[in-house]
Amino acid sequence: MNKLKLTSVIFLVIAFAVGQGGWAAGNDSTLTILCQPTSVTSGLTAELDWIRDTYGIKTAVEVVAGGSEGVNVIKMRIATDELPDILIFNSGSLFTSLNPQSTFVPLTNEPFMKNVDEGFKKTVMVNNAVYGVPIRPMNFGGWLYNKKEYARLGLKVPKTWAELISNCEKIKASGKTAVIGSFKTSWTTQMIVLADFYNVQKLEPNFAADYTANKAKYATSKAALRSFEKLYEIYAKGFMNRDYMSTSYDDAQQMLVDGTGVQWPMLSQVLPVMAQKFPDKMQDIGMFPQPSDDPNINGFTVWMPNAFYITKSCKDIPKAKKFLEYYISATGLNIFKSAQTLDGVFLIKGSTASSDVLAAVDDIVKYTEEGKVAPALEFLSPVKAPNLPQICAEVGTGAVNALGGAKMADDDTTKQAKQLNLPGW
Amino acid sequence: MMDIFMRLYYGGILWDIRGKVFRGIAVDMSKHAALDRYYSYSFLVPGMLVYGIIFVFPTLMSFFFSFTRWDLSTWTYIGFDNYKSFFQEYALVKSLSNTIVYAVLSSGCKVILGLFLAVVCCSKLRTKGFLETVIYFPNILSPLAVGIMFSSLMHPTKGLINQVLSLLGVVGPDWLGNPRLALYSIILTDIWKGVGVSTVIYIAGIKAIPTEYYEACVVDGGNSLTKFAKITVPLVRPARNTVIILSFIGGLRSFGLVWSMTQGGPGFSSDVLASVIYKQYINGFYGLSIAGNVILLILVSMIAFPLYRFLNRGEYAI
Repeated sequence: MNKLKLTSVIFLVIAFAVGQGGWAAGNDSTLTILCQPTSVTSGLTAELDWIRDTYGIKTAVEVVAGGSEGVNVIKMRIATDELPDILIFNSGSLFTSLNPQSTFVPLTNEPFMKNVDEGFKKTVMVNNAVYGVPIRPMNFGGWLYNKKEYARLGLKVPKTWAELISNCEKIKASGKTAVIGSFKTSWTTQMIVLADFYNVQKLEPNFAADYTANKAKYATSKAALRSFEKLYEIYAKGFMNRDYMSTSYDDAQQMLVDGTGVQWPMLSQVLPVMAQKFPDKMQDIGMFPQPSDDPNINGFTVWMPNAFYITKSCKDIPKAKKFLEYYISATGLNIFKSAQTLDGVFLIKGSTASSDVLAAVDDIVKYTEEGKVAPALEFLSPVKAPNLPQICAEVGTGAVNALGGAKMADDDTTKQAKQLNLPGW
Repeated sequence: MMDIFMRLYYGGILWDIRGKVFRGIAVDMSKHAALDRYYSYSFLVPGMLVYGIIFVFPTLMSFFFSFTRWDLSTWTYIGFDNYKSFFQEYALVKSLSNTIVYAVLSSGCKVILGLFLAVVCCSKLRTKGFLETVIYFPNILSPLAVGIMFSSLMHPTKGLINQVLSLLGVVGPDWLGNPRLALYSIILTDIWKGVGVSTVIYIAGIKAIPTEYYEACVVDGGNSLTKFAKITVPLVRPARNTVIILSFIGGLRSFGLVWSMTQGGPGFSSDVLASVIYKQYINGFYGLSIAGNVILLILVSMIAFPLYRFLNRGEYAI
């Protein structure tokens, strides 16, 4: 009898403790936010703390896996209706794949949306209803470079691809790595191909629309095929580090800062991360856009930032809307900037970048002021070859040549378009 | 006259009654037998219910959904399009050959290595208990954990394997980053992890061999090599067949190690069928992914059933 009493008491205690945990999570005064790891930065956490301290709106952030696995987790949650109050997610084609009309609350006519950049609104819009608010500045895709090494070797920022190649040859001759390859982190293999899109859309302005309509292909479009040829050329001329297959995103940052690798095709989102790790080295890092063959065509491909979306299962929609309003208010953006160096401009009117801390931003800002920026293909077209990182890895290791890689990308895109049931495929 | 008639009459009735009674008893008994049967079968119902709900029903649903385009909430019938797409997938042809290579190599090595390790564990070594534990231990680890552990061991510069090799003056290769080597590195890890099960099955098989055979062999002038070759090897045949089938089917279905070590990379060089299927799944092509699973089911059945028949031909009781 004693044993029975004891086990039943233990059981009750455990059940109570588990129940407590469950009740705490369901606390109604906290807004639940779901996101992937790259979204949680010091700027975001600083703003969340500030909003909690100043306005009393508490938030609880849940982080799921990164990459396509996390995207799938989120899709599952939508299907099983287990969504948080606010979801942080990509804009552009990934956003449209989540079926926004039935998942998110439209914010089109909210007063705080007045200040949001119109270009950004297009990437979080379906049927003229806007759903998202940016969480961070735009992301620029180009080539990071070590200014000290460039100065030491007497190199100038290249304005054409041929100049870039000749720079690479001089760097290689001096014994350093000309181009850092970080293929262990698979999404980085796509950088050379994707960052080239500014050049592609300048030469073939209708490429994105034709690509979506199954009329243009990477293999048959001269300008688009060039992107793959550039990747293959970097591999073929041996400009990458010897162990590029096992160099990760973090290893590459270290190489760039140390100067063992002089150039790295990458997104500007890595700059605040590096600024936290190597605060005194950031003046040595610069950035230039991936050049085309024509010196008059030179600009940055940009990635629109991830956005906050209010889900239809939010229990307190007015509170969530207030949260967004505070996040993109001028004070909020200043809090973000003081906690995380801004590698670009928040797509909110009146926001400025941290050029005092990041030398690369000076380089970037010149291009934005002259309008020499264009969105990446994934923001202009709902199709993107889902296996592109692996295809670029195949090209970057020489397993297929540029044309082969382009054909594989086209086949992959065809499969995706058929699965999404797009017209014309 | 009346007597005979009455006797016949009453006799008839008695016979009738007797017949009715007999038939009555027979009906009761058969009702009883049927109830008995139903009673016994009814014990199977819970198990069959669980099996039906967890195995049969999802399998039938899979067959159905493999013919549709599905996004978890709506589905459209598209016939064999998913299967056509799957066979046009670039990575698929390579992954089919990779899967067969993986299954053959991992199974072959486990069969051979397992036998040797089992012989060691059945010998007169004092440490054989400890050895058995050490050999079996990797099998209870999660494949994901083993994959992550070996990924860091196999790092070309910072990994322990290459650091040890460099102490011996050998420059170790890039185990997981070299497209030609990646699949074989994963196979090696799989053998390390799975050889324990083979060893345990072999030990059971070896222990089942009657010792008289060994004594007879010694009497006939045989040494350990003869004992091994002429007695152990032929007589562990049942255990060997089990090991072959289990490890081969396991190799055909391998996923955890491949995904945690290389995700099918670099590029597509270490993709196996299961990782190709998983890639369709994470991209949200659910119908396509299910079609791939049906193909995997058919492939495994096409190989496993004939293999089973072939290995067990001419089986006889010892």
